Amino acid sequence: MTSTRLAPVALALLALAGCATPAREAAPAAPRDDLYVLLPPPAGSPGALAVTHEGSEHVLTTPYAAARIRTPGRIDVGVVTPEEVRRDFGAALDALPPRSTSFIFYFLEGRDELTPESRRELTAVSAEIARRPAPEVVVTGHTDRVGGQAFNDTLSLQRAERVRAELVRVGIPADRIQVEGRGWREPLYPAPDGVAEPRNRRVEVTVR
Amino acid sequence: MSALGVGTWLCGSLLFVLFCVAGPGVAAADDVGQIKVARGSVVVERQGRQEPAAVGGRIQATDVLRTGRDGSVGIGFRDGSLLSAGPNSVLAIDRFVFDSTTHQGAFDATLRKGTLAVISGKIAKQSPDAMKVRTPAALLGARGTEFVVRASGPGD
Repeated sequence: MTSTRLAPVALALLALAGCATPAREAAPAAPRDDLYVLLPPPAGSPGALAVTHEGSEHVLTTPYAAARIRTPGRIDVGVVTPEEVRRDFGAALDALPPRSTSFIFYFLEGRDELTPESRRELTAVSAEIARRPAPEVVVTGHTDRVGGQAFNDTLSLQRAERVRAELVRVGIPADRIQVEGRGWREPLYPAPDGVAEPRNRRVEVTVR
Repeated sequence: MSALGVGTWLCGSLLFVLFCVAGPGVAAADDVGQIKVARGSVVVERQGRQEPAAVGGRIQATDVLRTGRDGSVGIGFRDGSLLSAGPNSVLAIDRFVFDSTTHQGAFDATLRKGTLAVISGKIAKQSPDAMKVRTPAALLGARGTEFVVRASGPGD
């Protein structure tokens, strides 16, 4: 008896529940609670994270600034604590690969030979590789602003190849080393066009 | 042989062994990144086929990574970007283009569900908004930055 009398009530409740859920959600998905948080880098500016949701954009620019979406059409912007980030994102953060480490090599002036300091650095590169999972080595050559762009692109690649040869000589397999030439695009010490700047003629070795 | 020579030789031999254990050696042209961390259950889906993820495994554009309840995965990309996903996550690499000379490129990824941590690399540094992360609810443009993302979604 009781069940028959309650049935219409139950049906009405189901219909109400149906109205409350957005129609386009086919499967009963978990309630939305999206969270986007800008983190402070180890040094320097935190940069920015632009969050766009249904046509409106919010730009996060300060450490731990956060955007949250619970209801479609609405972004709540605020700040979260490092503890909250740890609690909600701990597993993902723990799985971040180690940051890369870079070494800079200089050549003896006018010679095809590394400076004694740079020669010693080769051992440091080997040690760095040994303590990383699935290590990769990227060798990037740089030039100063004397000469044309195409010339410097080629020259920077040649310098990188020379350092690669040194790395192979100390036992690092050649096929694990990637070589790049950046020409004059990334000077360590800004110098005008056509002016020689020996400190920019360098090769950077990044282990990652 | 000097002490330094022996040291170098030993170090070289050790490195050789390390590289051999690390897995398939030569990078193919299609590779855009490499798995550096894999914990618990993690699979890489490529052209409809699923393979368990392992440290040293190569990632290609259009790969989809899926982590289980106990899973997490960390990937290093060619431009130096680092991405990692926590448990119960689906992360799709939609596009990765990078010119190592000019640093121009484009990096699009989608977190269909779960959690993601990002340290952006040279693509985002060279061109603001060249790195984008989508979720079912939002589009995120990284302007040389580190951030975390949580996305709710059915996941497929």
